[in-house]
Amino acid sequence: MGAVFWKELADHLGSRRFFLLSLIILVVAGTSVYLGIQGFQQNPGAAQDFPYLRLFTTAPGALPSFLSFLAFFGPLLAVLLGFDAVNSEFTRGTVSRVLAQPIYRDAWINGKFLAGLATLGIVVVSIVLLIFGLGLFALGFPPDGPELARLGVFLVVALLYLGFWLALGILYSVLFRSTASSALAAVATWLFFTLFLYMIAGVVADQVVPVRADSPAEAWLRHENLRDFILRFSPVALFEEATLPILVPSYRGLSLLALLMQPGVPTNPLPLGQSLLVGWPQLVGLLALTSVCFAAAYLVFMRREIRTS
Amino acid sequence: MIVEAKGLKKEYRGVRALDGLDLAIAEGEIYGLLGPNGSGKTTTILILLGLTEPTAGAVRVCGHDPVREPLAVKRLVGYMPEKVGFYEELSAVENLRYITRLNGIPEGEARRRIAEALEQVGLREVAHRPVATFSHGMRQRLGLADVLVKRPKLAILDEPTSGIDPEGAAQILDLIRRLRDEAGMTVLLSSHLLHQVQRVCDRVGILHRGRMVAEGRVAELTASGGYLARVGRASPRLRARLEAEDWALAVEEVGPGELALTLAEDGRPALLRFVAEEGGVVLELRPKQPTLEEIYLRYFRE
Repeated sequence: MGAVFWKELADHLGSRRFFLLSLIILVVAGTSVYLGIQGFQQNPGAAQDFPYLRLFTTAPGALPSFLSFLAFFGPLLAVLLGFDAVNSEFTRGTVSRVLAQPIYRDAWINGKFLAGLATLGIVVVSIVLLIFGLGLFALGFPPDGPELARLGVFLVVALLYLGFWLALGILYSVLFRSTASSALAAVATWLFFTLFLYMIAGVVADQVVPVRADSPAEAWLRHENLRDFILRFSPVALFEEATLPILVPSYRGLSLLALLMQPGVPTNPLPLGQSLLVGWPQLVGLLALTSVCFAAAYLVFMRREIRTS
Repeated sequence: MIVEAKGLKKEYRGVRALDGLDLAIAEGEIYGLLGPNGSGKTTTILILLGLTEPTAGAVRVCGHDPVREPLAVKRLVGYMPEKVGFYEELSAVENLRYITRLNGIPEGEARRRIAEALEQVGLREVAHRPVATFSHGMRQRLGLADVLVKRPKLAILDEPTSGIDPEGAAQILDLIRRLRDEAGMTVLLSSHLLHQVQRVCDRVGILHRGRMVAEGRVAELTASGGYLARVGRASPRLRARLEAEDWALAVEEVGPGELALTLAEDGRPALLRFVAEEGGVVLELRPKQPTLEEIYLRYFRE
C-alpha cells in the first residue's frame, strides 16, 4: 500500500487543480484573518481571552470567518481530489495493469484515500500555521497551552470533515464511469449541502410551524428544533456545530433554549473536555458519515468487474 | 504445465462469455489464443490472472490457484492488457518504477531492470519523456517493457499487435520470440490476426463463443485446406476432363482460356499430366492456406 500512497500523494501535490484550489483557500483565509487582526487593533479588549482562537472564528464586517470558509470551500477541494480517483484509471486503461501487480485490491483504494487525506492534512495544517504566524506578528505574544490543545482537536475534526467529502468523491468515482458525471454529481452534492439544504430547512420549518414575531416561545422552539433537525443531515452543519464549542470556549450550545437563557448562563470558558461534550453528538455523526461513505466506495469497488468493454 | 484450466465458465449478468473452456500450456511455449472479438479471449486472460472469478471450473497458473492465491500468481505472471494505459504525465521510467515498487523490487535492482527493459524494447532515448508524447507503437512497446521489469515466468499479452503498422507489429513479434529463446519465458498471447501470430506461436487455440473449437500447431491447422491451381491455354476438352475427376473440387473459368481450380492433395500428379496432354500450361499451383475465418467456418459446420 505504501507504493500506492506515495505515488498518489506525489500526483496530488503536483497537480494543477490542487494548486489552484489551495491558492483560493489560502487567499480567502488570509484575507479574513487579516481583517480579524485589524479588528483587534481597533478594539484591543477583544484580544483578551483566546485571541488566537478568535482569529479563526470572528471576522468584522461582511466577510465570513475562516471557519465558515473552511466549511464552505474545504469540501470543494476534498471532493475534487477524489472525484476521478477510480474512474480515470478505468478510462486511461491503467487499472488492469496496476491490479495485475501483486497488491490486494483494497490496498489500492485505501492508498488512494489515505493519500488524499494526507494531501488535505498538509493544506489545512500549513494554512493554520500560516495564520499562527500572522497572529504572532500582529499580537506580539505566542499562543498558550489550552489554545494549542483546542487547535489540535480542531485540526482532527476538520480532517474528519474533509475526509467525508473525499470519501464521497471517491464513491462517485467508483459509481460513475465517466469523470464528467462524477464531477457534476460531486459539485451538485456540495452545492446542495452548503446552500440549498439551508434554504429547504428554513422553508420546511416555516411551513410546518409558522411563527410570527409575537408567537409564544414554545412555537419558536419547535420551529428552530425542526430547522436544526433538517440541517443536521448536512455534514456542513454538523461540522460547524461540532467545531464552534472547540474554538469558542464559552460556547454552550446552539439550541434556542441556550440562547433564551443566555442572560442567566455564565460566559466564562469551559474546559476542553466539556467543550468537546457540547459538540460530541455532531462529532460522532460526522465520523459515521465519513465511515459509511468510504465503506460504500470500498464495497462497490471490490465487486466491480475489471473488464471495461 | 504452467497453465491448466478445465471446464471454465463465466457469465456476465446473464451473458455467457466462457462455456466450458479447457486450456493447457507447457513451460517455454508460445501459445496463441485466437478468436473474433467477443469470443472470450480477454475473459480467459482475466481469469488466469485472478482479476475476475470464473463462474465454474478449475484453474492453475504456475502451480497456484488464481482465485484463492491471486497474489502468488500475480508475482509470477506479467500482463499487458489490450488497451494498455499509462500515467500520461509521468515519464516512461516513472511509470515502470511504479510497477517495480508495487512488486517490492529494491531500488537499485529496479533501476537496472528498467534500463535493461527499455533498451530491449528500443525506448532508451525517450525514457524520460512523458508518456503523453508517445505514439501508439511506442506505448505498446512500453507495455512490453512493463512486463519485462517483473521478470515473469509467464507473460500474458492481450492483442500485443493491435492497431500497429505491419513493421511495428513484426518488431514486437520478434521481440516476443527473443524473450522466449533468451529468457525462457512462457508466452500466452491473444490476437484476432492469424497471419501475424502464426510466425511466432508454437501452438494456437481458436476460440469461438467461449469454447475451444480447434487447437494445435499452426501448420496442422492451416495445411489441410487442399491446393489451388491456375491453368492457362486451357481447351474445352481439358476443362471437361478435369470436371469429370473426383479430386477436382471446383473448376471455374476466370478468363479467356484460363481456369482456376481447387483440388485435393492427391490430385496434383494427375492435374499436371492432364494439362501437359492437352497442351495447356500450369500458371500456379500452391497449397491453399485457409484464413482464420475459413478455419472458423470449417469448424462451425462440423
